[in-house]
Formats: sequence, structure tokens, C-alpha cells
Amino acid sequence: MATVPERFRFGNFVASIVWLIFVVIAAVTLVILPLIFIILFYVPLPPINGQVLTPYLFLTSVVDPTRTLPIVKFLIHQPIFKVVVFPGFLFAAVVAAATIFVERKFLAKMQLRIGPFYAGFWGIGEGILQLAADGLKLISKEVLIPSGADRPIFWMSPIAFAATAAAVVALIPVAPGWVVSDSSVGLIAVFAILGFFPLIALLFSWASNSKYPFIGGMRALHQMIAFEIPFILSALSVVILAGSLNLTDIALSQHRFWYIYFLPVSAFVFFISSLAELERIPFDLPEAESEIVSGWLTETSGMIYGLIQLGSYLKLYALAALFVTLFLGGWSGPQFFPPQLGPTDAIPFVKMLTLQGLYNHVTVSAIFWFLLKTIVVIMLMLLPRGVNPRIRIDILLHTGWYKLIVLAFVNMFVALALVYAGILGPGGLSTFH
Amino acid sequence: MANVEDQINESQKLGIEIVKESEEDRLMTLSVGPQHPGSGHFRFTVKVDGDYIVHCVPDPGYVHRGEEKMTEYRNFIQNIPHLERPVIHDSNNITYSYSLAVEELTGIEVPRRGQFIRAIASELNRQVYTLYWLAIYGIFLGHSTMFMWPTGDRELFIDLLEALTGARVTHAFNIPGGVRNDVPNGFKDRCLRQIAYYEKRLKEYEDIFYNNPLVRQRTEGIGILTKEDAISLGVTGSVLRASGVPYDIRKVEPYDVYNEIDFKVQYMKGCDSFSRAYVPFLDMRESCHIIRQLLDKMPASGEVRAKLQSNPRGPPGEAYRRVESGRGALGYYIISDGSPKPYRVKISVGSFRNMLALPHLLVGAKMGDMPVIYWALNYWPVEADR
Repeated sequence: MATVPERFRFGNFVASIVWLIFVVIAAVTLVILPLIFIILFYVPLPPINGQVLTPYLFLTSVVDPTRTLPIVKFLIHQPIFKVVVFPGFLFAAVVAAATIFVERKFLAKMQLRIGPFYAGFWGIGEGILQLAADGLKLISKEVLIPSGADRPIFWMSPIAFAATAAAVVALIPVAPGWVVSDSSVGLIAVFAILGFFPLIALLFSWASNSKYPFIGGMRALHQMIAFEIPFILSALSVVILAGSLNLTDIALSQHRFWYIYFLPVSAFVFFISSLAELERIPFDLPEAESEIVSGWLTETSGMIYGLIQLGSYLKLYALAALFVTLFLGGWSGPQFFPPQLGPTDAIPFVKMLTLQGLYNHVTVSAIFWFLLKTIVVIMLMLLPRGVNPRIRIDILLHTGWYKLIVLAFVNMFVALALVYAGILGPGGLSTFH
Repeated sequence: MANVEDQINESQKLGIEIVKESEEDRLMTLSVGPQHPGSGHFRFTVKVDGDYIVHCVPDPGYVHRGEEKMTEYRNFIQNIPHLERPVIHDSNNITYSYSLAVEELTGIEVPRRGQFIRAIASELNRQVYTLYWLAIYGIFLGHSTMFMWPTGDRELFIDLLEALTGARVTHAFNIPGGVRNDVPNGFKDRCLRQIAYYEKRLKEYEDIFYNNPLVRQRTEGIGILTKEDAISLGVTGSVLRASGVPYDIRKVEPYDVYNEIDFKVQYMKGCDSFSRAYVPFLDMRESCHIIRQLLDKMPASGEVRAKLQSNPRGPPGEAYRRVESGRGALGYYIISDGSPKPYRVKISVGSFRNMLALPHLLVGAKMGDMPVIYWALNYWPVEADR
């Protein structure tokens, strides 16, 4: 498939540029400008309130900030906005999509290759549209269902997987007040929802009616149960320090000291356990390609696979954000965004933005720090994929049951000692009341 | 509580059918077949009891191409290009022993410079083969970086071989009587430069892969093949040397110029998968020294191949010559009836002999050890099927 470029000739090059300029000028003057003028100024719309509107006048009123910003503000304060757009699904999906791109490029750099390259804009973003291309491919593929599969469960499981991952996202506070569900038992709710994943994997592998998915499903079950306990125990020491199960309260209580200073071992255990929860290398045993084909995903095809991938990357974002909330102080960070966006009198749009309360420097700063920390944690979670092989199931279970649980207890005693000595907790260093 | 037989009898009286679970019911038969991503062009069926493999039957033959029969219809020279097909990424070694055997039959003397170029090409090709093997071993362990790095660095040697032979992979370079063409200008400097770079890379391989605690955890003590078992099963090459037998054809039966080269036989006494994975790596390192010495000692000028008659033939007779390939001893047994075509050719390949150890090693291992043990056997299915 090697293509040999034509020999470069400067004359041809200049000629092609001149030709291009000529075509553009001709098209603009002869076709595009007349069309725009005709449409904007001469096409009459039906009169409203006795006023004759042309499309030009209509457009000017639509982009007028005094008219549009209140609508935007109204929309933003609807509960559905939180669920669908900002701290909820769409935001998490965008972060997940960016994660997939970054992961592929990052891994490619580690492995001395280029990574996704061709699907992108004209030379600007190398492979930035690769995810869109992959998504289109997956959507357009046929969904094959093995004969003898349990069809309702086979269809339901991928949807349940993505939905459950999105449900974890709903409990993560991104900024003060910006959380979909500010539950007073937020942390327990997170673990309760995470407990669904092994069940879904097992159901799906059973519904596939195939041997390798079955082995993969059993592995997923073993792995997630083995790592659930150190996962919860390591978060428990944070609860002891914060004195609350509400994730917003936990984040607020770290506004002076992050808990990773006092609980490094817990943070380590939490990080390792979340890698295991996410089935990422070195813990990708349920999908071990060379051993059990593709594990519990063997019979997935088309958008069923796409949904499970979406779910697993949403889960990656959710667990990275949970790590940030529990150990890295959530959104806390130096406040360097100005209270007002520039000189308000100079630009009317900025003035409107501030007056309508759409720009809040505390919230913007919180979102900035939260995103920055989350991205760092996500990068750390991607890193082992480039350096480590997969580990074996017996070593994995041994690690989970023997080592990580003991390590999680170590820091729980440290946390208790800190609270009883009065260094942290009520009356201590990091009170937020 | 009554015993199981009593319960069954009682249930039969009541009209309920209860069947005692047999040993076979616990087992699940898995076909690690030609469509499994961890098998290659090869299939073995394993029976697993939980996570343990209790039974294994290798089933080769998916890429059988009748190479041995095909040789009987072509003359000695025409046979070269199709004989390298079983291992295209080690093509200089698989045609090396064929050329040696044909030379013995026909009594052709190879010029000294030709012998050196042959040895250089075969050592370069050994690197190409072993890097490819290492890449697949890496991805079988789930180590994707170890897949990308060797496949990338393989280009160094592929480029060298392309400059030497004119083809990237299927060289058809060794012919009875020498090699096809002389080395190009500046080949020695380029070769030395690339080997110097490559040796730096080998250190990095060791750091990221062989010294990685997780790799060690997965491979050490897995698939023990004792020295006695290794000898009685008849394994060869890196698998034999990993079991503590310093057996290398280049040392035991030196062919061409290998008796002038100073090198050590790389072997380990670990007898496990790690040793089997590490010995080819040590071989690659030793091979770099061999290439340097070969380049130094190569005569500056001279013929590279003997003048052949058209359709070379020899007196009726037989010859068996073998070389150390990437997978171990690779021998050709040729019977000639005096015509320009061989009467019968038997290719003895290392892959097939190493495969015989597979059921021995897999029984009792865990499912997760399967790729670790299987690919450490240095098995190339296409060569085994011939």
C-alpha cells in the first residue's frame, strides 16, 4: 500500500495556491455572499405582534445576552441538568472519552509508537476522532447473540453495566453544591452500587452460554469480592477522620489537610483495590486474552461491547473521582480565579454573566482543581498498563485477602489514634464546622 | 446420615432419579483451538477441574503443507525458497542445514568468505526470530509494552538483512555452495552501530520485563521440567538448556566457521518457565558477541559461493546435518539416488520436539499458567507441521 508522492515542483505548488484562492474568491462573491444577503434581509417572516421580522433581526434578538442568559440560568438550575449534563452523565462521558484518547496516546508514547493517527482534523488533532470512528463502527456492527443464550439477560446486562457505572458518578460531588445526589450515606451508597458489578458480570457470562465467558465471569466474581473488603476498609479510615459518610462533608473536612498525608497506606490500598475493581492491568484477569479468549466479554459484539466499554470508563472516572474526594481533598485548592471576569463595564456579555450569577469564582475554581486532580489520578491508573503483566488468580486472591486487608487495618488504627489524641476530628486540625 | 448408595437406593424406591456425580462431571473440556488468541495455528484440548488442568492433548497439523513431499519434485536449488516457508522469520537457519546436507551429498566446498556471511546472516536471523518470540511471550503475559518494543527493534535486523539479502523476511539467501550475494558496502559499520544500540535496548528489556516482580511471580517455579525429563522427552534448544543441559549444536557439532568463534553456551538450572524465557534472551546477547567476532574475522575479499554445475547432483547416498536454530536443533536428513532431485527429505525441527513436553508440563498447572508454559516452549506451530 505504499504510495509514492509526486515529485515536488515549486511552480505547481504556487499555481495550486493561486488556483485555490481564485476558486474561493469566485465562490464567495458569486454564490455565498448573495445567498446570505438574500436570506438575511429579503426573506420575510410572518409578522409577530405587528412587527415584521427578517431573519437578521430574529438572529440579533436570539443572541442578545440579556434575553438568552436568563434562559440558560433557568436551565442550569433544573435538577435534570445536574443528572444529564454537568456533574452527571454527559460530563462523566466526556471525561471518559478523553480518557480513552489519552490512554491510547499515552500508552503509544510509552511503547515507542504513534497511536491513533489518521482519524482527526486536517493535521491538527492526530487521531482525536478515533473514538468517534470506533463508536460509529461499533454502532453499525451486527449484534451477534450465541445460540442458546438467555436473550433478555444478554441484552439487559450491558445496559445495566453502563447504568450502574453512571449511578456511581451521580454520587460524586464535583464542586460545593454540584452533586446529583447529596446523600447523607453517600460512601455506603457508592459501595452498594459497586457491589452490583460482579453480579452483572456473572449474569452476562451465564447468559452467554459459552465456556470461556463462564470462566471469566467466575474470575470477575472472585476478584471483585476479594477486593471489595480492603476497598471498603481503606475508605473506613477516612470516615473515622471525617466523622461523616456524606461525600461532600468528607471533601469539605479536608480543606486544610488532605487525608493522604495521614493515611498513605489506606490511599495505596484504595488505589490498588480500585484497579482490581476496574479490571485493569495487572488485574485484568476476567478479560485475560491469552488465557480465556476475552473472558466474560467473549460473546459481546457491536454496541453491546461498546456499552460495556462506556461503562468501564465511566467507572474509571468515578473511582478516580472517589479517590480524589476521599484522599486528595476533593475540590480544595488555592483560589486564583478572580471574583469577577475582567472589567465588567468594558464587555457587556461579561457583565451580564456576572450579574446573572452564572460565573461564580468559587465554583469555577473548585471544578478546576477537582478536574486536575482527577486527571492526575486517572493517569496514574493508566500507567500500570504499560509496565506490568497480568497476575495470576491465586496471587491475586492472596494479595486481596491476606495483604491488602492487613494493610487497610494498619491505617485504621492510625486514624483512630489521631482522633482519640484530638489531633484530627472534632476540635482538631481540620474541623470545618 | 446414610451413605450415598443408600440414599440413591431409597430415592429409586420413591421414584425419584438421583445420579451420583462422577469424576468426569467435574471436568470441563476447553478447546484452546486455532481460534483462541493464545494458541497460534495450533490446537490443544485441555480438561480443567476448577482452575487446574488435569488433561491435555496437543493436536497439531493445521498448517501442514507437505514440505517434505514437495522437495521430491524439485531439484536441490529449486527447493530453497519453499523450504524456508515453515519459519519465514528464521529462514536463514532453516535453509542453512539444508544447504549443509546438500553440500555433503554433492561434495561442494563453500568458500571461506561465504561461510562467514552465512553465519552472520543466520545469527542476525536468530535475533529476528527471538525478538518475535519474545514479543509474543510478552503479550501472552499481558505485557503490551514487551510486545511493542521487540517488534519495533526487530526492524534493526530486518533492515540489515534486507541490505544483505534484498528481502525483508523470506531471504532464500543460503544456497548449496555458499550465499547468493556478497555483503553491500558499509555493511560492517552499520551492523556494528545497530548492534551497539540494540545491546542498550536489551538492558531495558531486562529492566522492564525480566526483572519485573510480577513477571517473576508468574513465571518462576511454573512448569518444572527436570533435567532427566528434558532429556527423556527429547526437547531441544532453549528448553533443554533451561533445564540445565549445556547443549548447543554450534558447540557440539560446530559447522562452518563456528569452531573459530569464542562463545559460551547459555544455560540455566532453573528448569522453570522463567529459565525457558530467559535463555533465549541470553542467547540474543551472546549472539551479538558472535556477530562482532564474525565481522572481525571475515576475510576482506574473496568468493562468496562455489561455482556450481547446472543441476548439481552427487553420488547416491545420504546425509544428515543439523544447525542450532532459534528453536533448537534443526536437522535435514536427505537421501539422494544420484539424480538432481532428492529421493527423500526428512526435516527434524525443534518445535515439534518441544511440543511433546506440553502435556507433561500443563497437567497440574493452573489455567492462568497455560500461556506462560506454552509459549516458553519456544514452539512455532507452522514449523512443527512443516
